[in-house]
Amino acid sequence: MGRSIKKGPFVDPSLMEKIQKLNASNTKKPIKTWSRRSMITPAFVGHTFNVHNGKNFLPVFITENMVGHRLGEFALTRTFKKHGAHTAKAEAK
Amino acid sequence: MPRILGVDIPGEKRIDVSLRYVYGIGPSNAKVILQRANIDPSVRAKDLSEQQLSQIVHSIQEGKYVIEGDLRREIGMNLKRLQSIKCYRGIRHMRGLPVRGQRTSTNARTRKGPRKTVGVQRNPNAKTGIH
Repeated sequence: MGRSIKKGPFVDPSLMEKIQKLNASNTKKPIKTWSRRSMITPAFVGHTFNVHNGKNFLPVFITENMVGHRLGEFALTRTFKKHGAHTAKAEAK
Repeated sequence: MPRILGVDIPGEKRIDVSLRYVYGIGPSNAKVILQRANIDPSVRAKDLSEQQLSQIVHSIQEGKYVIEGDLRREIGMNLKRLQSIKCYRGIRHMRGLPVRGQRTSTNARTRKGPRKTVGVQRNPNAKTGIH
């Protein structure tokens, strides 16, 4: 079920604070965050986030079409180890 | 074979059924369209007069349904957007795997297509002891 519109999009308050601080001072530096559940709002556009994927922080640059998605959608949590023998030919791909 | 909006619809079927051959019109939309055009849904499509056909076309256009090419394009654009922003759903579409969190260990054959067995390939370095 979707979230009620009345409440507005969910963004972790601590993250929102950081963004507003950056926007106010007009600086752009990567924001390290664990908050994969935060919805991307228009205020995020143009910033780079280092989003935690459970192990590492993956850089995600926010563009306009990403608004409405969540940060976690852009930092994949799984790696697929391929099937079969790891021959030189397969590794090259 | 009567034509509606550039689509051939089967004449031997009831009009409410043959309207569904237009991409983007399903059972409930067909019912509403016919109701608005004042046409009995149980008439065979081939028995409709030119005037009745144009009534149907008119009622489709008035209802602002997104159908055929426009609908296909809209769906394509949605997929393209998801894929271009590299979000999880877009990546699943690219790889042809289920998008909505279904299991893939077994099943998921609708998305994955027929089974492709990957045989065991011998590691060429196995004998030399290098892994």
